[in-house]
Amino acid sequence: MQSGKRITTHLLLLAIPCLFLFCSLASANDTCQECHQALGGDSEKLVENFAHDVHALRGLSCVDCHGGDPKDSEMTAMDPAKGFHGHVVRNQIPPLCGSCHSDASYMRRFNPNIPTDQYTKYLVSQHGKLNAQGDQKVAVCTSCHGVHGIRSKTDPLSPVFLTNAPKTCSQCHANAAYMKEYQIPTNQFEEYHQSVHGQALLERGDRAAPACHSCHGSHDASRPKSIAIGNICAQCHALSRDLFVHSPHKAAHDRMGLPECEVCHGNHFIQKTTDAMLGTGNEAVCMQCHKAESKGFQIAHAMKNSIEELKTSLSDAETVVLKAEHIGMNVDEAKYDLSQAKNTLTQARAYVHSFSDQEVQSIAEKGKAIAKKANGGGEKAIEAFQFRRKGFWISALIIALLVLGLLLKIRDIEKKDPDA
Amino acid sequence: MGKPSFREGLRSFLNARYSLESFSKLFKEKQVPVHRHSLWYYLGGTTLFFIIVQIATGILLLFYYRPTSEGAFESVKFIMTKVEFGWLIRSVHAWSANCVIFSAFVHLLSAFFLRAYRKPRELTWVTGCFLFFLLLGFGFTGYLLPWNTLSYFATKVGTEITAKVPGVGPLLSRILRGGDDVGDATLARFFSIHVAMLPLLLFFLMGIHLLMVQIQGMSWPPSFDSGEPRRSSESGGGPPSVPEEKKNRSIPFFPNFFLRDLVVWLTIFGIILSLSVYFPAELGQKADPYQPTPAGIRPEWYFLFLFQTLKFFPGHVGPFEGDLLAIVLINLAGLGLILTPFLDIWTKRGRFSPFLILGLLGLLYVIAATTMALLAPVH
Amino acid sequence: MKLSRRKFLRLLLGGGFLAFLGSAIYPILRYLLPPAGTEESVSSVVAAKVGELVPNSGKIFRFGDKPGLLIFTEKGTYKAFSAVCTHLNCTVEYQSASQGIVCACHNGRYDLNGRVVSGPPPKPLPEFRVTQRGQDIIVSKEA
Repeated sequence: MQSGKRITTHLLLLAIPCLFLFCSLASANDTCQECHQALGGDSEKLVENFAHDVHALRGLSCVDCHGGDPKDSEMTAMDPAKGFHGHVVRNQIPPLCGSCHSDASYMRRFNPNIPTDQYTKYLVSQHGKLNAQGDQKVAVCTSCHGVHGIRSKTDPLSPVFLTNAPKTCSQCHANAAYMKEYQIPTNQFEEYHQSVHGQALLERGDRAAPACHSCHGSHDASRPKSIAIGNICAQCHALSRDLFVHSPHKAAHDRMGLPECEVCHGNHFIQKTTDAMLGTGNEAVCMQCHKAESKGFQIAHAMKNSIEELKTSLSDAETVVLKAEHIGMNVDEAKYDLSQAKNTLTQARAYVHSFSDQEVQSIAEKGKAIAKKANGGGEKAIEAFQFRRKGFWISALIIALLVLGLLLKIRDIEKKDPDA
Repeated sequence: MGKPSFREGLRSFLNARYSLESFSKLFKEKQVPVHRHSLWYYLGGTTLFFIIVQIATGILLLFYYRPTSEGAFESVKFIMTKVEFGWLIRSVHAWSANCVIFSAFVHLLSAFFLRAYRKPRELTWVTGCFLFFLLLGFGFTGYLLPWNTLSYFATKVGTEITAKVPGVGPLLSRILRGGDDVGDATLARFFSIHVAMLPLLLFFLMGIHLLMVQIQGMSWPPSFDSGEPRRSSESGGGPPSVPEEKKNRSIPFFPNFFLRDLVVWLTIFGIILSLSVYFPAELGQKADPYQPTPAGIRPEWYFLFLFQTLKFFPGHVGPFEGDLLAIVLINLAGLGLILTPFLDIWTKRGRFSPFLILGLLGLLYVIAATTMALLAPVH
Repeated sequence: MKLSRRKFLRLLLGGGFLAFLGSAIYPILRYLLPPAGTEESVSSVVAAKVGELVPNSGKIFRFGDKPGLLIFTEKGTYKAFSAVCTHLNCTVEYQSASQGIVCACHNGRYDLNGRVVSGPPPKPLPEFRVTQRGQDIIVSKEA
């Protein structure tokens, strides 16, 4: 920041003769932009993106943040007496932005629905707290939103657009050297990228998936307390959370201060769930806490059994139905039943979060019944197929007998009357 | 002498009103030659049998089939899956269609190579040729009716080739398609042609063909001709060219040959049944005119040699378009086939006929072209 | 009583012929008898009868090998959608209380236009065409 100020001062000194020449010719409207553009180099860089800045598009300009006189084409435009305060010191940035963005009656003339609590939230965030202590490295408004070329968060080119947000956070949070003194991990972006959420948002562009701020908050960004994690996941995973809250696990987690969903599913590196996570096997998450033969162990075992049995009956039914289809029989009804049965597997897996073996079992029983029906349909088709073949052999026998009879008759006739 | 049996009573009743004597005489005296090539005599009968099977199964299918683009595929699916024995009726119809064309083709070949078209059977040959073309027409129109992907696109390709015929081509194609493209109109026309127009023509031509065979009797191979054909006065001035001394080398049609015919018919019926049970007709996917033509679309096997012939001709041969030339040549060949009895002056004179060579070459070509088309890589 | 050769032959031929006739006529007769169900269309199906559904209720019906959802709205119009949830293919159902479509598996919700209101489904539910023919409510795929 000190070096930045030095460069600007150097440029200004070098450019004084040019200024006299160019600025005197400039029109009276916005001399800041025009002079800076005319100066070129770093000076021009400050204003080159301003044309699409969300503030510029609403009629605001340099003076609205930096002060000064936009109509003055001389250096006197930058007179502190006229309110000019030039380059804004880092920890003054949030209050400066907040001076407008927290003023609801001011903001409503631009957008009556825009939130005006960003500065308040920032103050309780980890970034805000450190900034208030004079930390020069921590994020301020311009770190994420950009400066002089700010785009709306709904603009896909904005660094805070949903699909760009994780990358923006990772500019600092994945930089090990930069983050060294804060002593927090720097692998979150990497883990997130490999997770189901990261793959959905960053690879498939699925905007139903969460970015960093969806869970951590944007302006009030900080590590969520354990008590909050379940609520956060519930924003999307409502059913699972609902089941969890009504299960014995809720009280247990509250008592032990455990972070609910995170215990089994992780936080940044959340992977696609598999049936191996359930039960009492090597990869089962239940075994993290539940000792062998304990009640929890038994329930985990029972739930796993229910689901495995359901899977077996589904796969058995599917084999039969596919076989019938393969031999050319029409099995639409059986396939319909099979798809309905498969739904119960999805449902049973969701209901694992009730941690009630009875609930899971009842869903599994329902599924097994439908699978049995599908299986029956498939077998019926195969039976019909085999009936056709049996029927054919009977007809073939009749034809053979008839042919035999005819041949004998021919022989008879021609023995009597040999004119053949 | 007691009361006349029912059969005798019926016969005298009818005879008093309609002179059945000549008919029954014809039947009683109908002889079938027995010689080295006798086996070929069965083929006319097998073709007739397959035609009867087609008519029977066709009428049954008509009970459930619906000739519209929304209903055709569904109705065939209904027949295959819900109607009792529908799968059997439909599969028999599909297999028998292939068999009738094969049988007719071999029948044609045998009549050709045994020179059955010689005088006085020229018109029997001509009607026979037209009957063969009719059967091909049945095959072409029938193939579209299930309205699945294969049939839709095969018809598209087939009618496109029609458009290439010089002069009347585009008009002919439009008439066939009922419009610019294959669609509902095409299905309606093809259905009408398949179940009404062609069957009427078939009955008419077959009536003439069979009548002529009954009146003239079976043809003997040329090696049995001993100079002038003699008229047999005993048979009431009827069939000529049955050399007297050959009489003991033939068997009566009733009951001897007829019983043998039955044996053959039952056997081929058994074959059709086994094909229908072990290789039932496919349902396929419902035709979607908006999808791109799938790779490897080609017509039914009996049209493959024509398809392949078109491919043999390069884009241009001199000043003529390749396809045009191919079509003209094919038509000339067809015409030549029909006019064979009149063109083959060598057989008339009892000499070795180059038509035998031509015929053999033609047959080899058809087999080779069909094989090539079958083995062609799908692209 | 020993059968003479001639009698045996007659029996064989006669019996064989009758058996053949029977084995040919039986399938044909069965064929001619119209089957129980109606013809199944791949593109349209009778989902319900008039009066079967009360206002603000729904019914799952089979469309080929997939489920469909027929809704009789509060206002008295029929709406039909594919009942296959676009999230993980569970079968959705109509919820009278919220007058919306819900998927029990993961709480996906759709409005009466098939559009996703909340939850994990990524795409809207495909809508089908509903027509009334006599007493039949017919659902068909969009032409």
